[in-house]
Amino acid sequence: MTRPSWTPGERLTGRDPEPDLPPDAPVVGVLALQGDVLEHLRALRRSGARAVEVRTADDLAALDGLVVPGGESTTIGRLLERFELLAPIRARIAAGLPTFGTCAGMILLSDELDQDRPQPLIGGLAVRTRRNAYGRQLDSFDTRIEVAGIDGGPVDVAFIRAPRVEKVLDDDAVEVLAEVDGFPVVVRQGHLLAAAFHPEVTGDDRLHATFVAMVRAARGDA
Amino acid sequence: MTEQTPATGQQHTGTTRVKRGLADMLKGGVIMDVVTPEQARIAEEAGAVAVMALERVPADIRRDGGVARMSDPDMIDAIIEAVSIPVMAKVRIGHFVEAQVIQTLGVDYIDESEVLTPADETHHIDKWRFDVPFVCGATNLGEALRRLGEGAAMIRSKGEAGTGNVVEATRHMRQITGEIRRLASMDEAELFNAAKLLQAPVELVREVAETGRLPVVLFTAGGIATPADAAMMMQLGADGVFVGSGIFKSGNPEQRARAIVEATTHFQDPQVIAKVSRGLGEAMVGIEIDTLPPEQKYADRGW
Repeated sequence: MTRPSWTPGERLTGRDPEPDLPPDAPVVGVLALQGDVLEHLRALRRSGARAVEVRTADDLAALDGLVVPGGESTTIGRLLERFELLAPIRARIAAGLPTFGTCAGMILLSDELDQDRPQPLIGGLAVRTRRNAYGRQLDSFDTRIEVAGIDGGPVDVAFIRAPRVEKVLDDDAVEVLAEVDGFPVVVRQGHLLAAAFHPEVTGDDRLHATFVAMVRAARGDA
Repeated sequence: MTEQTPATGQQHTGTTRVKRGLADMLKGGVIMDVVTPEQARIAEEAGAVAVMALERVPADIRRDGGVARMSDPDMIDAIIEAVSIPVMAKVRIGHFVEAQVIQTLGVDYIDESEVLTPADETHHIDKWRFDVPFVCGATNLGEALRRLGEGAAMIRSKGEAGTGNVVEATRHMRQITGEIRRLASMDEAELFNAAKLLQAPVELVREVAETGRLPVVLFTAGGIATPADAAMMMQLGADGVFVGSGIFKSGNPEQRARAIVEATTHFQDPQVIAKVSRGLGEAMVGIEIDTLPPEQKYADRGW
């Protein structure tokens, strides 16, 4: 009798059927140091990408695109620094790797933060972002917002201790795709996309589909 | 839980989705007990995803005895002021007024905790009545599902807090995940009986059976003292780790806090766990669970 297979760390992640992906599906990594990695993996798979976890610099090699998930930006930043991932990720992004950040991910992709205490950032997006811009958890909210370039009506999203862009630092480079209360909450700068909220927890996958299309375009797919 | 989708531009606070959602954002992270603003800053610097503000860590509650209650609001305010990460605070089981008070302070999560002395020996707090989310302890699946039925938005296995002994955390994680796996193999008729035996709402039992997981995040707690303890809990299926007395009752809290954070991230990589386990100094002194008198077993509190 053979032992049933068991992988250390095999998670109770439910019974996700592995979707039928086209053979040419792009490979999109989700930075898996901390945060809601699983929700992004699922949303990416539903959007036609081969989604993989990224924990080390070696994991970056195979990627066509990268997602920096929601989580605690101070924690993810410090782990990026301690495990020497900041430089390799910055290099891949500078070389054109399409990257999508949500909530903590948007904070980490920002060039500047509106706070005195420094924390490690990946950078790349010419914006100044304010953490916890709407207040504490009691101020977290569900809403629906119109996002430029996304058809089919307003997108269903959750703002959880969310940041927002306080100032766009380069108006020529940064496109504002959505605002709430007059502040940008979805921005795009070339191959970088960032959202202040969590499209990954709502089941409304249109922003992920937009990002997967960006990844395909960057790869040169027709 | 029939919550309406907001109209475009409308903002709905206190929804189940944002309550459960915050716990999702804590996954893969470590939540640390702190008793002063200085400790809170050390925890944040070390990479904690949140801090639990309380007056005494569980090991000291055990030592001191007496009734353990919610913390002084001044002390919670000072910790909220000190850090930018989420702040949690504990209330006694069933003490809904302590919860009302803590909610007004702007705390991000309330822990209805067996570590404090229970205020009600029959009822837990009706957590649906609050906008702030709650985390509750559980030793088995039935207990977890009863807490979800009452409105908890996050579950942690109880373990035995303040002992520095991981054996109860192991027992509770194996119990909960094992029961989930068994449910997942049952047919419809068996699920009704399972709900009866679990003393849990049948809708929740069916949901767990269908999805193969709890509908909320499952952390682990109670006795985690080393990086290897944290990684073992993660390998057993925890989404993240609470560390109570284990950090600030040890010889070198800064370094141990960092090491536990790093081991939780790389829980599948024994080389990383080995590296961060070197030269950590003294771990907290542990307690053999069998030597605890029954009234000091916190995990038995909760109904």
